[in-house]
Amino acid sequence: MSVEFCGLQLRHPIINGSGTFDALAARKALGAALDEEFPFAAYVSKTITLEPRQGNPPPRLWEAPGGLINSIGLPNKGLAGYLAEDLPELATLPVPLITNVMGSSAAEIAELVQACDARAEIAAIELNVSCPNVKTGLDIGADPHQLEKVVRAVRPRTSKPLIVKLTPNAADVAACALAAQEGGADAVSLINTLRALALAPASRGGLSAPRSLRPWLGGRTGGLSGSAIRAVALAQVAAVAERVRIPAIGMGGVSCAAHARELLDVGARLVAVGTESFRDPTAGARIARELDPGPASPTSGSA
Amino acid sequence: MDELGAYRVLRVSDPHCPEPEPGQFTMLAAAERWGGGEDERPYLPRAFSLARWQDGEAHYLLDDVGPGTKRLCELAAGDQLWTLGPLGQGFTAPRDGRRALLVGGGVGIAPLAILQDGLECEITILLGFRDRPRAEGAALLRGARVATDDGSAGRHGLVTDLLAEELERDAQATVYACGPAPMLETVRAICAAEGVPAQLALEAGMACGFGACFGCVVPKRGGGYLRVCVDGPVIDAAELESIEEHAGAPA
Repeated sequence: MSVEFCGLQLRHPIINGSGTFDALAARKALGAALDEEFPFAAYVSKTITLEPRQGNPPPRLWEAPGGLINSIGLPNKGLAGYLAEDLPELATLPVPLITNVMGSSAAEIAELVQACDARAEIAAIELNVSCPNVKTGLDIGADPHQLEKVVRAVRPRTSKPLIVKLTPNAADVAACALAAQEGGADAVSLINTLRALALAPASRGGLSAPRSLRPWLGGRTGGLSGSAIRAVALAQVAAVAERVRIPAIGMGGVSCAAHARELLDVGARLVAVGTESFRDPTAGARIARELDPGPASPTSGSA
Repeated sequence: MDELGAYRVLRVSDPHCPEPEPGQFTMLAAAERWGGGEDERPYLPRAFSLARWQDGEAHYLLDDVGPGTKRLCELAAGDQLWTLGPLGQGFTAPRDGRRALLVGGGVGIAPLAILQDGLECEITILLGFRDRPRAEGAALLRGARVATDDGSAGRHGLVTDLLAEELERDAQATVYACGPAPMLETVRAICAAEGVPAQLALEAGMACGFGACFGCVVPKRGGGYLRVCVDGPVIDAAELESIEEHAGAPA
């Protein structure tokens, strides 16, 4: 079931969510088996920033009911390191490459987008707008007015498809999607993780021990993903697909073809798999296969 | 599944699993009913060191301390598991004719058993446990000296006390350690002070086990972080700043 997305022809509608699959690390750890059937129809990089980032201090993970809270903090080599070291290797993957970038101002984002535009290995650019504006402290993507301004400022810097990864932590996500469209985005993707808090468990002593009121994660709050957010994702993708003309990439808690089918049914063009790939690195391929088992194979029935 | 004092040994037959190196780990989850336990967990698979590799079976040491380990402890013969492994970097043999000094705490003794199976040099084994039922886990290795927190078996005290005495007697050793974070931190500090090489098998909360999530990091000496899953789980103590209390894993 090949799919057209912003001019790209993809083998199937399943891709990865940014930051949930490190194709280079997975190739090293899991070997050639992964390359034989690459799990995704396009590969989305983790978020790239202008300067290198070490990421947040540990702990970075907390297992929540039916999900995962993470506070990884976008560790990456920075734009120059990514372009020089990672991109040539990512270009050997058998699928189109989408590079995800984040900046804290329109000027920063424009610089990232322009640098990506110059590289033929990159098929499309995704903007992570779940980043506080350096001046206002508000997430750029949470305010439709600010989001439209930023997308409009960045749009002329590239002729490649521009995808805006919306934040679910906004009052009206569909309004943000519309703002991205009006600013010139070619597509939107959603949902990013939901802001969440985990308190450090009481140390030994069980229930009688005094309860800690200290955040567990080194980054204090984190983002909730996994099965726990699937119904929220479905609602937000449905609301966005109703409101905009541009295609949407739906994601949030997808772990099987039935979940992907729901997102496609409410209007997503593509579906991304995230946390499930942590549990099963081949999940993307499994879901794509389940969605489209292909022509029925002849059986050896006996009469 | 075999009982071993307060612990259980889970034996998994996996014809597709390549032979592991000592120190490597596997992500495990029950194929059925993984979830719906305490607080609707577990959700993620759990990382376990290989404790032994014998007749094509992988052995894992289980301690029922959380919803994931609880579910694994409930498995009956013939039940199916989801597995991914072996993963990560294992131990390397001692150099310069040093003896191997294996130091384990609690369920962390697991990777030292498969290490003992593979080593051909002189080996000294020191294991620490909370109490006597747990100390029965020492039978996983051969010829171990034991310490318990409550003095109910072996020496009354910490396994790191035994380590300090051993190094005082003969410091021509390479230390191999696995156990709770405070124990590993003491091992690291003692070995750093004595100039003794140490390889520490770390534990950390992991979502994936293969380098994708960046969730299992520990601070690296000199800045930055190491991923326990792909840079470890066995990490040269000289590469670590200190091992923090929270470097544990969801159970």
